[in-house]
Amino acid sequence: MAVAAAPRERAALAEPSPSWRRGDKIAVGLCWAAGLLLCALAAAIVLYMGYKGLSLLRPELLWQRPQASADQSKTGGFLDPLIGTVVLTALGTAIALPLGVATAIWLSEFARPSWLARAVESGVEVIAGTPDIVLAIFGLVLFQQSFFAFLSLTAQGNAVFGRSFLTAGAMMALVALPFVVGSTREALQAVPRHVREASYALGKTRAATIRRVLLPACRPGIATGTVLGMGRIVGDTAIVVILLGASLQFSRVDGPPVMGDLRGTGSTLTSYVYNNSPAGEGNAPEKAYAAAFVLLLVVIGLNLAAGRLGRGRAKWKS
Amino acid sequence: MPPPIRRIVVDETPTVVEGAPTRPAAAPAPRPARRAPRAGVRERMRIEGLGVAYGGKPAVRDVSLEVRAGEVLALIGPSGCGKTTLLRCLNRLTELTPSAVRTGRLVLDDEDVDRFEATQLRRRVSMVFQQPNPFPMSVFDNVAYAVREQASRRPRKADLRGPVEEALRRAGLWDEVEADLDHPALRLSGGQQQRLCIARALAAGPEVLLLDEPCSALDPRSTAVIEELIVSLADELAVVIVTHNLQQAQRIADRVAFMYLGELVECGPADQVFSAPRSARTRDYVSGVFG
Repeated sequence: MAVAAAPRERAALAEPSPSWRRGDKIAVGLCWAAGLLLCALAAAIVLYMGYKGLSLLRPELLWQRPQASADQSKTGGFLDPLIGTVVLTALGTAIALPLGVATAIWLSEFARPSWLARAVESGVEVIAGTPDIVLAIFGLVLFQQSFFAFLSLTAQGNAVFGRSFLTAGAMMALVALPFVVGSTREALQAVPRHVREASYALGKTRAATIRRVLLPACRPGIATGTVLGMGRIVGDTAIVVILLGASLQFSRVDGPPVMGDLRGTGSTLTSYVYNNSPAGEGNAPEKAYAAAFVLLLVVIGLNLAAGRLGRGRAKWKS
Repeated sequence: MPPPIRRIVVDETPTVVEGAPTRPAAAPAPRPARRAPRAGVRERMRIEGLGVAYGGKPAVRDVSLEVRAGEVLALIGPSGCGKTTLLRCLNRLTELTPSAVRTGRLVLDDEDVDRFEATQLRRRVSMVFQQPNPFPMSVFDNVAYAVREQASRRPRKADLRGPVEEALRRAGLWDEVEADLDHPALRLSGGQQQRLCIARALAAGPEVLLLDEPCSALDPRSTAVIEELIVSLADELAVVIVTHNLQQAQRIADRVAFMYLGELVECGPADQVFSAPRSARTRDYVSGVFG
């Protein structure tokens, strides 16, 4: 009985009653307004892009390669940017996932010496707070060093170009890393201490406990962080424009098949939208809308996936 | 939606709702019969002058005690008296707490426990915790994890069916989970989860089984099942149980050790500790003067 009445009581408590102070009533009203405003903004973006995108998106855009032309009807589709998005996201995730999980495990399970743990924690926070344009410029400076020549094109006179899928992917990993670290840590901290001790009490080492008990327990958390990070990579523009070269088509470098492509430049949906919108060269705004719609669908899909994955968390009886 | 409004009609004959029939299940948990003194009881572990301090603050002081195979030893005492700390010393789990310092000597089968690898010792002195804590894997894998070497996936599932079944049978859980071995263990009921944890602890092949208030999170029915299980396990193992519940200690223990403020006040056969305690503090505690 008491359990059934609880939600009603909660609802009653949330309603401003005549006994509330005026300031509190205004504050509650502002909270409501803030929530509704956000919903309205999100709905406006999705509806506007949906309307524009659906009217301008044609299936052949998805499998035609883009062409440079002043005439919009001859600019082709956005197959290369689409594949570029997938490749860059895969590269960034492939680096961020193991690095992020390992960092989270160290921070949560070892974290000694404590000054180092604090430094690592701050490091992750700094990376999370660094604007992507700064990461991009830093990446360019870093990867133009001759030591990293194997990652991109080396021009005549041994000048290292520094722009490629590999270098952009490495920097994209930093964009996704804080999400992976954050949600893996959170999931690890949600595992009660007695569950770890139960494993030690069976004669298991800390390594075995991490491998067989903790990692499976926080798999949904890792997946959520990874998918959120992927969403950020998919939507990032600055790193693509600066570090991927944002060439319209894939421009491979000499080398073995896959490596040659990854060392070359290309584009993603974000750079395609930027370059074709009136903000960029502005020569194919309709296609920019269509590509932006596809991009929005991908990001919304990834966010929905993150929400679903987060639901599968292990729950111990308390 | 607001709750429906019922008006009281004065002239109407009230409907009398009969209470649910009393079923045997609603009765207090059946008590496992206290057994006659067991044959073949022998010393398995010896605690000599054990002391534990957390950050310099003593939690257990100069405790000497014997743990015998073939009987249930219950550690009783008020909260914070050091009984769980004492239990955790027996398989060196206190070492996981950085601030804990242990003194004194612990002997397992005439060998100092500090001479064992901690992992090796914990396979011989296994432990079940207060909260049921199955691992986030299937029922089968929970037990198989205890049998396999560290993080290894070998031996394979097919080869482990025998030992897993045996452990689940010993924990009295086999019949309930036989068809659901691949189901997630966290979907079992609280009582089943705790028996799974016991099965897991048994699968490691221990000689001593430590139980830290294993029934405190369970309903009376599950408690009764686990108490019966503990009594039957003591035929083959040394069982040490920490309990807050004096009735439980009375029902299942062969020997009882009463601890107070980190000291062992009294240890003796359960009947004697409960009916004719030697110390005044024990008498006050078992008669409910404090607790």
